[in-house]
Amino acid sequence: MNRFFDIPSDLQHDWFGLIGLHLREALLPVLGGLLLALPLAQLCVRLRWLYPPVLWVTTVLYAIPSLAFFVVLIDYTGQTELTVMIPLTIYSLVVLVPAIVDGVRSVPQETLAAATAMGFGPVRRYVQVQLPIAVPAIIAGLRVATVSSISLVSVGMLIGNQGALGNLLHDAQIYNRPELAWNSVITSAVLAVLADALLVVLRILLTPWMPSGVRGAKTKPAGVRPDPAVPALEDAAR
Amino acid sequence: MNVINFVNAFFSDSAHWHGYDGIPTRVWEHVQYSLEALALAAVIGLPIGLVTGHYGRGGNVLSLVATAGRALPTFGLLVVTTIVLGFGMLPVMIPLVVLAVPPILVTTYEAVRSVDPSPVDAARGMGMGESGILLRVELPVALPLIFGGLRSAAIQIVSTATIAAYVSLGGLGRYIVDGLYQHDYEKVVGGATLVAGMALATLAVFWAAAKVTVSPGVRRSN
Repeated sequence: MNRFFDIPSDLQHDWFGLIGLHLREALLPVLGGLLLALPLAQLCVRLRWLYPPVLWVTTVLYAIPSLAFFVVLIDYTGQTELTVMIPLTIYSLVVLVPAIVDGVRSVPQETLAAATAMGFGPVRRYVQVQLPIAVPAIIAGLRVATVSSISLVSVGMLIGNQGALGNLLHDAQIYNRPELAWNSVITSAVLAVLADALLVVLRILLTPWMPSGVRGAKTKPAGVRPDPAVPALEDAAR
Repeated sequence: MNVINFVNAFFSDSAHWHGYDGIPTRVWEHVQYSLEALALAAVIGLPIGLVTGHYGRGGNVLSLVATAGRALPTFGLLVVTTIVLGFGMLPVMIPLVVLAVPPILVTTYEAVRSVDPSPVDAARGMGMGESGILLRVELPVALPLIFGGLRSAAIQIVSTATIAAYVSLGGLGRYIVDGLYQHDYEKVVGGATLVAGMALATLAVFWAAAKVTVSPGVRRSN
C-alpha cells in the first residue's frame, strides 16, 4: 500500500500535488467553457438561425481526438498546461451550449409573460427568471463536461508530462510499477465522482423549489435529461 | 494558414495512399475497431436500457453506473488493461466499450421511460403482453432518441479509437502517435482530419439509418 502512494521524484509533486494539478487542468477549462457558453447560448436563443450552424461547428470540433488537438497546439503554445486546457475548454463548450440553450428555451412562455408584466426588462428577466429556471439543465451539462474533462487530462501525458495524474501512467511503464497506473485510474475516477456529487449538491442548493433527490425526478422537470450532448447532436443531424 | 498547408501536404503525398501504412488500410482498421466496440456496447447497453426503461425502475442505479463509467479515464484504463492483459485487441476494446455503454444505456432508459403512457395503456388493454408492448409500442416511439444515444456513443468511439495506436495497434491514431514521435505535424494534422471526417460520416450514417427505420408517424410528432 505504501508503494501505491510512493510517487517517483521525476513528477516533482507528491500525490496531493498531482491531485491539485489535475483538478486545475480539468476544472479551469470547464469554467472557461461556461463563461464562453453563457453569452454564446444567449445569442443562440435570441437569433434562432444561429443555433444550427453553431451546433455543426461544435460537433465537428468535438470529433477531433484530444491527442491530435494537443499535438497541433504544441506548435503554438508549447508543451505547457495551456496546450491541455484549450481543447478541454472547447469540449466543455460543446456540451454546455446545447444544455444552456435547451434550459433557457424550456422556460414556459407564461412565466416570461408574467415577468414582463411585472416590469422586468430583458436583462433582468434573463438573469432573474430564465437562468434560475435553466439551472438544472446547466448543471446537467456541467456534470458531463466536468467528468469528461477530469478523465481527459490524463492524455496530456503523451505530450511531455502535462497529464497530472496521467503522468503516473508513464512512470508505471518505465519503472515497471503497475500500481502507479492503478493509482492514476482510481484517483482520477474518484475525483470525477466527487466533483459530480458536488455539482448535484450545488443543484439542490440552487433550486430549493425543486424536489430534492433522484426520486423527485419521476415528476420529470426539464433538467433531469441525462445527457445534454445527445439532444444537441440530435439537432445537429437534422 | 499552417494547418491547411499541413492537410494539403498530407493528402497530396501519394506515399500516404498505399501499403500497410496507407490511408485506405488505416481507415479500414479504424472502421473495424469502431464497429466492434459499438456493437459490443450496444449488446450490453440496449437490452438493459430497454428493460429498465419499460419497468421505470433502477434509474438511480443506472445513473450511478453511467457516472462511474464516464469517470474512468479511457486512456488510463487502456494502460491498465494492457499492463494486466498484455498487448492485443481485448485491452483496447475494454476502455472503448466502457466509454460507449453509459450514453447508450442512459438514453435508452430515458427514451423508453418517457414514452407517452396512453398508447402503452391502450396496448395493454388490448391484451398485448409486456414484451409485445416493449418491442412493438415503446421501441418504435423511443427509436429517435435511442439513435441519438447510439450516435453520441459512436462519435466518441471514433474519436477515441485513436488511442489503439498507443499500444501499437493500427487505425487512424497511428498517424497521430507516429507523427508525434517523429515531429511530423503534417501526419498528425492529416490523421486528425481523417478522424474528424469519419466522425462526420458517422453522423451521416445515423441520420440515414434514422430516416429509414423511424416510422413516419413518430417522426412527424417529434
